[in-house]
Amino acid sequence: MSAEPAAPAQSPERLKLVVAGVTKVFKTGSGLVTALENVSLQVREGEAISCLVGPSGSGKSTLLNIIAGLEKPDQGEVLVDGEPVVGPGRDRMVMFQESALFPWLNVIENVLFGLKLKPGVTNRQRREVAEYYLQMVGLGRFLKAYVHELSGGMKQRVALARALAPNPSILLMDEPFAALDAMTREQLYIDLQEIWQKRRKTIVFVTHNVREAICLGDRIMLMSPSPGRIQDQFTIALPRPRDINSVEVARHAMEITAVIRRWNQPREGRTSP
Amino acid sequence: MRRAVRASLFFVAFVAGWHLVVMTGRWSPVLLPSPVSVAEYLHRAFLDGTLAQASGVTAWRLLIGYVVGLLAGLPLGMLSSRSTLLRDTVGLLALGLQTLPSVCWVPLALLWFGQTESAMLFVVVMGTIWSVLIATEGGVRSVPPIYIRAARTMGSRGLHTWVRVILPASLPFIVSGMKQGWAFAWRSLMAAEIYVTILTGFGLGHLLHYGRELNAMDQVIGIILVIVAIGLAADKILFSPWERFFHRRWGTGK
Repeated sequence: MSAEPAAPAQSPERLKLVVAGVTKVFKTGSGLVTALENVSLQVREGEAISCLVGPSGSGKSTLLNIIAGLEKPDQGEVLVDGEPVVGPGRDRMVMFQESALFPWLNVIENVLFGLKLKPGVTNRQRREVAEYYLQMVGLGRFLKAYVHELSGGMKQRVALARALAPNPSILLMDEPFAALDAMTREQLYIDLQEIWQKRRKTIVFVTHNVREAICLGDRIMLMSPSPGRIQDQFTIALPRPRDINSVEVARHAMEITAVIRRWNQPREGRTSP
Repeated sequence: MRRAVRASLFFVAFVAGWHLVVMTGRWSPVLLPSPVSVAEYLHRAFLDGTLAQASGVTAWRLLIGYVVGLLAGLPLGMLSSRSTLLRDTVGLLALGLQTLPSVCWVPLALLWFGQTESAMLFVVVMGTIWSVLIATEGGVRSVPPIYIRAARTMGSRGLHTWVRVILPASLPFIVSGMKQGWAFAWRSLMAAEIYVTILTGFGLGHLLHYGRELNAMDQVIGIILVIVAIGLAADKILFSPWERFFHRRWGTGK
């Protein structure tokens, strides 16, 4: 279905994503804030969903933006498929917390926006690809709908189709379900896992919700704030599809929240009199 | 359809009421002519071509001046939205000049250009440009940054981002600025035409002026009706389709 040329032979040990020693400092009104300090991580080819989990201020969105090429690190570098990231590109599509769909375009035109910028494809193929992905996210009947006519969940489905359509090497998701109601969100967890099983895309998923991360992620990288760092990593080997309300997810969540609580305790101990 | 019938009924009733008031004979027909004599004037003016010629002259001045104003105002607004220096200089100047009623340009235009077409065009351009500039600047600056970020991740750059993202996203602002610019330009052109006689062409304003000189109230009212009709038509033809487009796409209004 994909309009891409056939991918070169992949060895399982090839590195899809390398983040090497990334540091990012922001200037704010109250001085310098170290959003990320010497952060390194690697995602292997074929590794599914990696979740960056942490409280606000742990730099997880900043890290995602740096991988996306929307921000530049002060130190360190990011490699995708062995190539250094110098700016945004179609090999790394991003899904934001807001759908960021364009209201002057209808649903299929939104999905076609990125496809039209892709050279070497005919318009007919672009349309087929767009329809294929919209069908995959369950919006095959809404091709001509306008953005304001869609619910929040439907908008994020269009955004997902738009991000998948140019067949990126990595899909970056920045708390894409955080603004949705719980029921819509739970449906999207199931759908995203199904879509992942069909397309096997490498996904980096940012969230502050531990259970969400366990439900979706094969690997969880726990980030801590000020300065933003990766503190701990976990592998989640539960079978898919996972249900966010299942006992196994809850049990893993308890373990991870216990870890987070442990690094909070000494700090709180210091601040209390 | 029902709304069209309702509107027609209203205007028929309005003209009938007018006619009845004239029939009472309380006002001199020199000051308040009957709808019939106004219609007769319009018919005559239509047949001998004065109406078409004057409307043509006025519409041409308006069109040229408006297009020039747009072509200058849009890029200036875009530049000024992207540069603090321009915003603090040209932007501030535009804001000041926009508050100036554009009729005030007429004396200046006459001294600079004399009684020429250029004077008329200058007044129309001045009426258009500042509103368009300010609306474009505001519109571009209010584009949600996430649209631009999303577009960049999809491979959009430079000119493509401007044409496909920034301009469409700010279009509701720009069109409302264009509408305001149109209104200013139209009003100031009428004032200029009434105010000054320019031998290269007699517009609707001149017909209005001569109607007064000749004490021909049927002509004055007739021309006013034509001016109202042109204004209404411009609004419905030039701007209503855009507004419907925005309502449909953005889900605003209604």
